[in-house]
Amino acid sequence: MSARQNRDPEPLHPHDELLRTDRIPHIWCSGCGIGIVFGALMSAIKKSDIPLDDIAVVSGIGCTGRMAGYIALDSFHTTHGRAIPFATGLKLARPQGNVIVASGDGDLLAIGGNHFIHAARRNIDLTVVCVNNFNYGMTGGQLAPSTPFGAKTTTTPQGSPDEPFNFCSLAAACGAVYVARWTALHIRRVTTAIGEAMNKKGFSFVEILAPCPTAFGRRNKMRRALDLLNFYYDRSVVKHGVHPDEASLDFNQRLVVGKFVDRERPTYLDSYHMVHQREIGDWPTIEHYSTMLAKEKTEA
Amino acid sequence: MNGDDACCEGALAAGCRFFAGYPITPATEVAERMSHRLPEVDGIFIQMEDEIASMAAILGGSWGGAKSMTSTSGPGFSLMMENIGLGICTETPCVVCNVQRAGPSTGLPTLVGQADMMQARWGSHGHYEIIALSPSSPQEMFDFTIEAFNLSEQYRLPVMIMADEVVGHMNERVVIPPADQIVTVERTAPTSDPAQYLPYQPDASGIAPMANFGDGYHMHVTGLTHDAKGYPTMTAEAQAWMVDRLIGKIRDNADKIISYDTMFLDDAEIVVAAYGISARSAKGAVLAGRQAGLKVGLVKLNTVWPFPEEFFSHLSTKVKALLMPEINMGQMVLELERLAQGRCQVVRITHPGGAIINPSTILAAIQDVFEETK
Repeated sequence: MSARQNRDPEPLHPHDELLRTDRIPHIWCSGCGIGIVFGALMSAIKKSDIPLDDIAVVSGIGCTGRMAGYIALDSFHTTHGRAIPFATGLKLARPQGNVIVASGDGDLLAIGGNHFIHAARRNIDLTVVCVNNFNYGMTGGQLAPSTPFGAKTTTTPQGSPDEPFNFCSLAAACGAVYVARWTALHIRRVTTAIGEAMNKKGFSFVEILAPCPTAFGRRNKMRRALDLLNFYYDRSVVKHGVHPDEASLDFNQRLVVGKFVDRERPTYLDSYHMVHQREIGDWPTIEHYSTMLAKEKTEA
Repeated sequence: MNGDDACCEGALAAGCRFFAGYPITPATEVAERMSHRLPEVDGIFIQMEDEIASMAAILGGSWGGAKSMTSTSGPGFSLMMENIGLGICTETPCVVCNVQRAGPSTGLPTLVGQADMMQARWGSHGHYEIIALSPSSPQEMFDFTIEAFNLSEQYRLPVMIMADEVVGHMNERVVIPPADQIVTVERTAPTSDPAQYLPYQPDASGIAPMANFGDGYHMHVTGLTHDAKGYPTMTAEAQAWMVDRLIGKIRDNADKIISYDTMFLDDAEIVVAAYGISARSAKGAVLAGRQAGLKVGLVKLNTVWPFPEEFFSHLSTKVKALLMPEINMGQMVLELERLAQGRCQVVRITHPGGAIINPSTILAAIQDVFEETK
């Protein structure tokens, strides 16, 4: 008791101003990678020059979906899979806002997969941060669209017969303007990537491979958090600019990480205003937006 | 103009500036007109990838500060249910117009139905109250859409316009009053210090003031059971507090929300109660019945949810029978049966969908009841 009384007052955490400290302790398990990503997200927000009032965080359902509940900004914890369409409405109604979607792989790319591909196609100006832990953690470790072929989950006890998505390849194919993948070990890279994505106009996607020892690791002989982290450390290979199709996750050999896409394309709202101001002429004798952009660049 | 177009114009008059939708017969015309009208008033129209996304997007749009709506019909309405629940739970003002066609499933896409009435009431999981209006003409599509926005802003919930294919597609004269004669209601903004803001603490009106994204209140909004601060709270007590409030804000204000029109009730022995297109058939039958000397009256429901419980409970003590024609196999009539409690006869005039109920069918039913109760 006396030792406790003599203790210094609780030190402030550097991110306290961005945390709903009255909601701590959080629900994440020890060894989970979401906290690392959450810290990187807060660092990126702090480093950006964007006023905090203009930033919103939207999540779906799942472990990562709880990020919205801990950040002391305008934050929305929506239905399973629907963070992106909710964020679409939020962004279109308040274009000056900077809208970040933070959710898990199952939420964003299984139940929410259709919204993901269409938001990327339309180039809605969102930053999508996807924590990929290779399974459904919140419900106890079931098969996800990211679960590696052959990996065990509670609904694939003999190993998954499914082929997983390459999320980065999918995002790029759908038209995302910024695509990067890192692991939860690459804290500075993750922070930089989220910051770049926030400043990028258009649909930006940052995937972070994260350890989930509690639900995924323990069924796949990587029971300790360090097992998964070491596994990522040993196998990840940085390959900036590689075509996202080539940025494969081959768990037997190497996990390709890096910034794969960083390109320009008009956002949905740019195009919306261009079309309604009748600046493009009549289809099909219109200049494609890529030509228009190239021209603008040359003129600039 | 047709009813769907009138709905769009009513929305714009109410201040709607964000529409997200997906094409579906017979509601497509609402979206089509929105797609060229919204850009004219600096609003945003977006065609989403499905109705799930449409409903999610208008919730987001509303939190972004824009009065938001979507329109759909049966299959799309089914897809919207989960996010309608999110709108109820997070108390998000918005409007959903359902131009009903006949179901179940794909059913009769181009033909009329009124069989989504109970889905409107109970379609999303959990227990809650809703507000739904039922227009019976293009003029009412205009007027009720404004009213729907006003109610949604005042009581902070998704408000439904339960129209039908015939009302949506019929062309009639619509009078659009000058803008200064149109009453519009805006959500109440919080005035408290952001640090003290409790996004779900009702003020004296019984409704919590609502901050929009960007107002500086840094609120948390969740579909989980939450406390006054908006924080997830996984206890039976928090659940009771939240559900009581979601239900109470509608039930306690039912008198202010409910609207109906009556005809010939003073001496009526038999009363026909109806809504939407069936209210017009009913009016024809009641007028014909009066001409034939029958003491028959009419109640035209403008608000279908919350249902006018006290009114019908009282009416059931005064009349011999209540009749309800509706283009389903008996949905809203269940409310009449529940409220009458055997004090008067309740007669169902049903139709499986695909056509309206003719006034002659309703008149025949009126005559039958008079014969039986002589």
